[in-house]
Amino acid sequence: MSLAAIKEKAAALKAGFVDSGAQPVDCPVLLPADTLLDLYGEDIRTRAFLTHDPVRGEVILRPDFTVPVVQKHMAEGAEPARYTYAGEIFRRQEEHPERPSEYHQVGYEVFDRADPAGADAEVFARFSEVLAPYGLRAVVGDIGILIAAVAGLEASEARKAALMRHIWRPRRFRALLDRYAGRAAVPSSRAALLASPDPLSLAGPMIGLRGAAEIAARVDALRADAQDPPLPGDQVELLEALVRVSETCGNALEQLRDIAVDMPAIAGAVDRMAARCEALAARGIDVSSLMFDANFGRTSMEYYDGFVFGFTARGRPDWPLVASGGRYDALTRQLGQGREIPAVGGVIRPGLLVDLEEAA
Amino acid sequence: MSVKLGVPSKGRLMDKTFDWFGARGIGLARSGSEREYSGEVTGVDGVELVLLSAGEIPRELAAGRIHLGVTGTDLVQEKLVQWDQKVAPLAELGFGHADLIVAVPSCWVDVNTLDDLDAAAAAFRARHGFRMRIATKYHRLVRAYLHEGGVSDYQLVDSQGATEGTVKNLTAEAIADITSSGETLRANHLKILAEEPVLRSQATLFKSRIAPLEAGERETMRLLQDRLGL
Repeated sequence: MSLAAIKEKAAALKAGFVDSGAQPVDCPVLLPADTLLDLYGEDIRTRAFLTHDPVRGEVILRPDFTVPVVQKHMAEGAEPARYTYAGEIFRRQEEHPERPSEYHQVGYEVFDRADPAGADAEVFARFSEVLAPYGLRAVVGDIGILIAAVAGLEASEARKAALMRHIWRPRRFRALLDRYAGRAAVPSSRAALLASPDPLSLAGPMIGLRGAAEIAARVDALRADAQDPPLPGDQVELLEALVRVSETCGNALEQLRDIAVDMPAIAGAVDRMAARCEALAARGIDVSSLMFDANFGRTSMEYYDGFVFGFTARGRPDWPLVASGGRYDALTRQLGQGREIPAVGGVIRPGLLVDLEEAA
Repeated sequence: MSVKLGVPSKGRLMDKTFDWFGARGIGLARSGSEREYSGEVTGVDGVELVLLSAGEIPRELAAGRIHLGVTGTDLVQEKLVQWDQKVAPLAELGFGHADLIVAVPSCWVDVNTLDDLDAAAAAFRARHGFRMRIATKYHRLVRAYLHEGGVSDYQLVDSQGATEGTVKNLTAEAIADITSSGETLRANHLKILAEEPVLRSQATLFKSRIAPLEAGERETMRLLQDRLGL
């Protein structure tokens, strides 16, 4: 496949989005690194190229468009807004050296407060339409349901905050859940600490920036946590049943409604999913055959906190997603410093579409 | 042409490597003056000794410029992406033992596991407005280890030496470094987390999967491996 073919495909996709009312935007390739480091922490270094500018400090080669587009919108955009863009992004591929570290993305982002379900459906339907000739397999999910379930647990605020912080790290989430449910043994070091009447007296010389008050505060927090009753077993089972839901949208909705009977905290989120399914159907999407996976988007898409979707190429299990996206209200809250704007969008990889055309 | 064997160019690692080969009937020695980095091989024909810094040996193996090399597992795994596709370990040499570990101040009585470290990091960030700093020179290995362990809200800061001193000097809150006995850590009021180390390392003889072998070299390689009992 040639670069010219990819650029041509990218331009055509972008033109299509412009035709349907999106405003074209462009972003610099070299971005200040602090925002992305703040959002993703050290993990961004394994996924993106960071380098040092003698004047601007640490800079990053654009790893995606979403963050700069949100920043641009927050700084100068008017609502509601629809944006499209096309260009190269840069990703380190330590785990998959066979994958390119520079590739094109075409994106479509919708900032609209009025009708979230409608905006979700609009983005997904636009992508389905554009991607229809390629016979891709679509899957959707909804991180919002899991967030609602955690918020509704009968647990201390500290425990809920810890679970919430690790929703995008399923293994760590699971380990915390096991501990809070009393299913994992307390580490011996923790037991010894809790048994000691004055553990700080054994601390020895205090060194470093993390002071005695901070250490004492955490010891107190651990003591309080040890007094918390274990999470009720039925709630843990419901949470586990919830993340196992993997069905066509109609069946998934039915299963989630069953779970919501015993877990009323998710009822609102399930209603929102139902409204989205209706909005999708109204746009001609066959919801009865569309796959829903409650775990989708939990590992690779840290800023998505509601609707999520992906399109995979059939017979290409080794490929990354050909297109993906979702809702990222929380990201706009984090970048907006007090302001927020409900946002949903997605990206397509034109290079993979060209590959599919050439293989056909 | 000859089979090129890369060996650390100085210190205990070089001496012990020479001893290990010597015990198997292969004489390795520096030629010329103490300062000249060239060597000679006796006991087998067609092998050329290349003296290099231990830190450069992984790169030279991966580039195929040497066929064999002695270096630490830690250096190979830190410096080579997908190291097992570029080099193959032939023998662990039984010296140069060291663990790559994460250590925190001993006064952190509340932190003993990765789970504790993650919780302390979250509270630290909320209080100080920046992510907890962990000083190390093993960025890739430590990042992968902490990712695996579900630790977030930390940042790695580069420290190429005297890493144990960074906590006292307030340039880091914790460290990740190689230790053999743990004495330096104790002297600096640090303790090792009660977890599996990031890596257990020792001096290892590696073979390059990249360096091409001509017919004669292949025969030499076979002979050498035979002599070494591999």
